[in-house]
Amino acid sequence: MIAESGHYALVLALGLTLIQSTLPVLGARWRDPTLMNVARSTALAQLLFVAFSFAALVTLHVTSDFSVVNVFENSHSLKPLIYKVTGVWGNHEGSMLLWVLILALFGGLVAAFGNNLPLSLRAHVLAVQAWIASAFYLFILITSNPFLRIANPPIEGRDLNPVLQDIGLAVHPPMLYLGYVGFSISFSFAVAALLEGRIDAAWARWVRPWTLMAWIFLTLGIAMGSYWAYYELGWGGWWFWDPVENASLMPWLAGTALLHSAVVMEKRNALKVWTILLSILAFSLSLLGTFLVRSGVLTSVHAFATDPTRGVFILLILCIFIGGSLTLYAWRAPALKQGGLFAPISREGALVLNNLFLTTACTTVFIGTLYPLALEVLTGDKISVGAPFFNLTFAPLFVPLMVAVPFGPLLAWKRGDLLGAAQRLTAAGVASLIAVAVLWAWTRGGSAFAPLAIGLAIFVIAGALSDLAERTGLFRVPSATAMRRARGLPRSTWGTVFAHAGVGVALIGIVCETTWNSEYIGTMKPDDIAKVAGYELKLDGLTQRQGPNFREMLAQFTVSLDGKRLSAMAPSKRNFTTRGSSTTEAALLTLGASQLYISLGDATADGAIAVRIYHKPLVLLIWFGPILMAFGGVLSLSDRRLRVGAPKPAKAMRGLQAAE
Amino acid sequence: MTRKQRRLTIIGGSLAVLAVAAALVLNAMRDSIVFFSTPAMVAEKHIQAGKRFRLGGLVQPGSLVRGDNLAVTFRVADGSATLPVSYKGILPDLFREGQGVVAEGVLDPSGVFRADTVLAKHDETYMPKDVADALKKQGHWKDDYGAKPDYNAGAQGASRAAQAPPQAEQGAAPARQGASQ
Repeated sequence: MIAESGHYALVLALGLTLIQSTLPVLGARWRDPTLMNVARSTALAQLLFVAFSFAALVTLHVTSDFSVVNVFENSHSLKPLIYKVTGVWGNHEGSMLLWVLILALFGGLVAAFGNNLPLSLRAHVLAVQAWIASAFYLFILITSNPFLRIANPPIEGRDLNPVLQDIGLAVHPPMLYLGYVGFSISFSFAVAALLEGRIDAAWARWVRPWTLMAWIFLTLGIAMGSYWAYYELGWGGWWFWDPVENASLMPWLAGTALLHSAVVMEKRNALKVWTILLSILAFSLSLLGTFLVRSGVLTSVHAFATDPTRGVFILLILCIFIGGSLTLYAWRAPALKQGGLFAPISREGALVLNNLFLTTACTTVFIGTLYPLALEVLTGDKISVGAPFFNLTFAPLFVPLMVAVPFGPLLAWKRGDLLGAAQRLTAAGVASLIAVAVLWAWTRGGSAFAPLAIGLAIFVIAGALSDLAERTGLFRVPSATAMRRARGLPRSTWGTVFAHAGVGVALIGIVCETTWNSEYIGTMKPDDIAKVAGYELKLDGLTQRQGPNFREMLAQFTVSLDGKRLSAMAPSKRNFTTRGSSTTEAALLTLGASQLYISLGDATADGAIAVRIYHKPLVLLIWFGPILMAFGGVLSLSDRRLRVGAPKPAKAMRGLQAAE
Repeated sequence: MTRKQRRLTIIGGSLAVLAVAAALVLNAMRDSIVFFSTPAMVAEKHIQAGKRFRLGGLVQPGSLVRGDNLAVTFRVADGSATLPVSYKGILPDLFREGQGVVAEGVLDPSGVFRADTVLAKHDETYMPKDVADALKKQGHWKDDYGAKPDYNAGAQGASRAAQAPPQAEQGAAPARQGASQ
């Protein structure tokens, strides 16, 4: 019954979106407020139904109802409760249901909190949301129904992929989807603006909080996914330039560009046409990511051709939405009025530069991800584009961007003073040069690359702090005054400081981890000692243990430094009987921002075990940086100016408001 | 500056950045792209020693030999040819005899493939993409590797699936996993 009602609720949700896709648009055309208001109630009702459907699937998983294919394939009665819940989105069907749930959630939020939007804009935005939603409901109902039953229900399920039985699955996909799908709102706003043929600074102010929210979640989602891969896959890598990762990085780059261009539009009413394009691109790249991950095209171009339903369906969605929105853009955008003027050297100019580099970097990732697919389809040649490609293209493009980051906030709007900004960055420049010199001396003429890259990172961090010092008059006025000014600064200024500093912090982590990582790979017997980066790791012994749905072999290590015992570490190797597969649970020991990392290989016949031990200096900064960025985003989001309720509609829209 | 000049500055700057990016991409394409081969293709194309490529195929059952200090050798087969591979390090969890594997490295003059990276890069059908495609081309592909079982085709199908999962579903694996030195 639960499965059928969940299925039925999903069909009803589809019905509601069909109403939501059409009536409000007609209402906006006929200036009929009643019809336009239909969007609001249907968006909320649709959220209710899809939430019910999702809850039904969760219930089926929690109660281990193996008469449902999805539960049978991905669950096991002995699986811990948390993984029964997270297993709901640990598979294709369930994750698509989560996707539409989040889409409906964002639509519902616009419906609930969008009271200050002009009625016709809200109607259009919700209608566009419904177009996307109906396409994905159809996709789920036709090709990926999670509620299918099995005629003869089996006693026991097949269990979830052991690698996914981790707390990471509880956090990473929902976060990532909140980011991906969050960009649908800016997309809908962009399409709505094109449909209405009107756009102004108020539009940017409405869009920015939604974009910012999506960006925060995407930032955290990517960072979380990276950390998860780092500790779960057992060889200490945190970014692989895998197409699946690139699929999430591309919307992030486009979204970051969008955030910055929306600032220009909001403050200076310029870059309107470009901002619209970025809104479309950010969500198009999210859709592309969904296509890459969900269609199976990455697994095999041939598999895609032999079981085409899913892949072709998503490809169709992709073409309709990306093609449609870009066509609409090409048709309507030239009609939008051009905005304010600015000199190349100005805050606007700096933000344009930011956009230029971010979108170009995004393009190189796009090429690196899709070129192998295109080549295989066209010529049949198989190639792999890995880290070397991205190191040679993406990294050089990020260097000038990083150099420019501290200058941006110090330039004035309209016409900036580059020399003045450079003078105010003297302290930051000196700090970074000192850092380069000290590191160079410390590494005694090793590779020049690492000290320079860290110098650049220090420049970005110190530059962000100098901006703060400049605004509060720190060191120039009494500190009490500076404190008062600091409190008086808009939250969004603080947000900028944190987010920019976060970029520098992440860069330090990346450079330190890749340059000064030390490792020990070999076999160890009990009482053997391995020395890594000055730490002594002694293997005390191996023990066996029974977990809820696995058996594991634990290796007990004692870590000491200069003969003093620091801590114990216990990496393990788990064997999951249901699927006959094993996972490696690495042991991590955090020492400041650095980590010791042990993962196990196979045991040999004579009682020895293969181990992989790493010392990763300052590795935690890699994820601490994105957390700082996201925190900056949250600060910026809490700025009064950007509160969802704060913006006032522009004058031109008053006429429509009166109809309410 | 007039509006036109400003616009030209911005357009000129953008074009410059794009040109640099294009140059970077083309340069990287030339140097850092790795081709994929199966043992049969290696024999056919006479890949010279020292050229980096990815070798894919099935680990030949019974060929895995573990030496001292994590050195391993095994043979990769694709149905018509095999190639010996040597590797030093820890093999990924998903590495198993009879299963698909992708290794990256170079051929040495004696014809042994020296791998520095071994990937057990699977999707849930437990078969690396490149290997699956290559096997299909040569007709060594069993259809049930990739096909999803149809549980409602009949009671028989469903109970068979429950007792003995078809090969397709054995040990679904993460999208990526690898070992490298």
